[in-house]
Amino acid sequence: MADNVIEMEGLTKRYGAITAVDNLTLSVRRGEVFGLLGPNGAGKTTTTLMLLGLTDPTAGSARIAGVDCTRSPLRVKRFVGYLADNMGFYPEMTGRENLRMTGRMNGLHGEALERRIDGLIERVGIAEAVDRRTGTYSKGMKQRLGIADILMKDPDVLIMDEPTNGIDPEGMRELTALIRQLAEEDGKTILISSHQLHQIQQICDRVGIFVSGRLIACGGISDLARQLEQENGLRYEIGATPGGEALLQALGGVEGVEEAALQEDGLVSLRTRGDPSDAIVRTLLDRGFTLTHLHQSSTDLDEIYAKYFERAGESDAQDKRGASRPRRAR
Amino acid sequence: MRRTNAAQAAPVAPAERRSCGFATLYRKELADHFHSARFKLVLLLLTLAGLASLFGALEAVSDANASSSEYVILALYTLSSNSIPSFASFLAYLAPLAGLALGFDAINRERAQGTLNRLVSQPIYRDAIINAKFLAGVTVIFLMIFFVGILAGALGLLVVGIPPEAEELLRIGAYLLLTVVYTSMWLGLSMLCSVLCRHAATSALIVIALWIYLTLFASMVVSVIANLAYPLDGIMGFYNAMDNYQLQLTLERASPYYLYCEAASTLLNPNIRTVGITTQASMSGALASYLTFDQSLLLIWPHLTCMVALALFSFICSYVLFMRQEIRA
Repeated sequence: MADNVIEMEGLTKRYGAITAVDNLTLSVRRGEVFGLLGPNGAGKTTTTLMLLGLTDPTAGSARIAGVDCTRSPLRVKRFVGYLADNMGFYPEMTGRENLRMTGRMNGLHGEALERRIDGLIERVGIAEAVDRRTGTYSKGMKQRLGIADILMKDPDVLIMDEPTNGIDPEGMRELTALIRQLAEEDGKTILISSHQLHQIQQICDRVGIFVSGRLIACGGISDLARQLEQENGLRYEIGATPGGEALLQALGGVEGVEEAALQEDGLVSLRTRGDPSDAIVRTLLDRGFTLTHLHQSSTDLDEIYAKYFERAGESDAQDKRGASRPRRAR
Repeated sequence: MRRTNAAQAAPVAPAERRSCGFATLYRKELADHFHSARFKLVLLLLTLAGLASLFGALEAVSDANASSSEYVILALYTLSSNSIPSFASFLAYLAPLAGLALGFDAINRERAQGTLNRLVSQPIYRDAIINAKFLAGVTVIFLMIFFVGILAGALGLLVVGIPPEAEELLRIGAYLLLTVVYTSMWLGLSMLCSVLCRHAATSALIVIALWIYLTLFASMVVSVIANLAYPLDGIMGFYNAMDNYQLQLTLERASPYYLYCEAASTLLNPNIRTVGITTQASMSGALASYLTFDQSLLLIWPHLTCMVALALFSFICSYVLFMRQEIRA
């Protein structure tokens, strides 16, 4: 069996004049957690639907474990679990009954079915709620039931569309732990599409950044960060006493610093080429400053995301960047 | 619990599994219907209407007492007292409601709940979803109609005390079956709306409007059109009478309600020898006797084929649209 489980080649989907997915070529390796990142409307959901054969691609092909997703969707659906983003359950049935129905549709019967259900209930931690009607479930509980639901068929590949949407931080931690566990212990291949960077950063081995239907970057998070550092340099935040204009001028003169700006909280933010941190520290000490704060920021996904969006000329990203800036300044 | 052997306990390899989407969904839909308040309400309504009309019919039968028909049990379905319509006309009005109530949110509720997404990502054929829904609906309709019909007949039998003849039973069975097909047509229609409309309320409104139009207003509109085309006033009225009636009949028959009523009354009334225009000439030499069941059936065979075709057509439309629809919301 090939190392790549999910393979997309030149996958394209057009709705009339709009191209939702544009010539996407991507492969996901066995046992990998892959994050498909992008703003809303970037074509992530369309991509996942094409992977399940629920939408026919305009051009190109997608294969999961060697099975063509468009031609034999039924075979694909036997070993691919799909967690849709607005997925729901029959509200008048209990969680257990919902799971039982899914199990039956996947050809499970009798004791094997009940045992699978019990195992999964325990695994996702909904034992106390499972015999209540799903209409009373909270969003977080529904999501956990959803994961139990897609695991009913014991899939090799999991595709999750915005699994972290609308879940509180505690639920999020449990969810990410569960996803990680599924990948590491059960060896499942997982494709997650999301616009929420932070969770993705914690659980994904690789990410692909997806803007306007095109994959503009793909790789491990550290790879992407390094790539960006080389192109755009590092970002630092520096605080020292005495601060203010004097500090700004001192830093502006350091070799390798391309841009220096005074932030509202009194710190100076720098954009540099290479890694001039030694030079910066030495200069500051030489000039009699006392260094109080030195923080290199740019390796986190937010920045990567924003950078790539910027490069793709995505106005949406500007908003996101604007929104994320104050958080980092704290 | 059919296959609980040791082999089953081991994880089943994907290739060995036979997905049984249709059976699972069919069972689920049936259970849903039986538990739903809507089903109980419609059944109650039909039962009450049936009993009320039976009460009226019993009154009418004892009035007419032996003079009219030798088919007393059949008469229970067709006779009406002054205040209460007959069983057959009650059912003609209300049976479509059962179809509407069971189908108007079949697909769009799944969509709104987000369960459609979940269903289509299971290894089942997509048409299993709509097939199961339609067939479960037909099953429920079948049970409801036959329940009400047999209940009315049985109670009537208790009161009247005259055992039905085989011919009567055949006619009643055929009539109830026809009603099931007619109601299934409305089920198909309402499912079509549920595929087309995003909101359950919209689709309910559309089918209810259609139901009211076809059962109440279509005949008025038709007579207006016929009178415009062939005025019945003045001396020309005599010449136009035939054309007027012909046009009216043709247009009326475009409505499934009219088709159903014609077929139903022919089935329940062995007296009815023709549908449509009868001239003096064609009646001359006819023996004054009842039609046999097979002759009645022959008379309305076109109606029956039309009814089955309409029911299938409405389902096929929703089937095709559903299969072609994008799944995403």
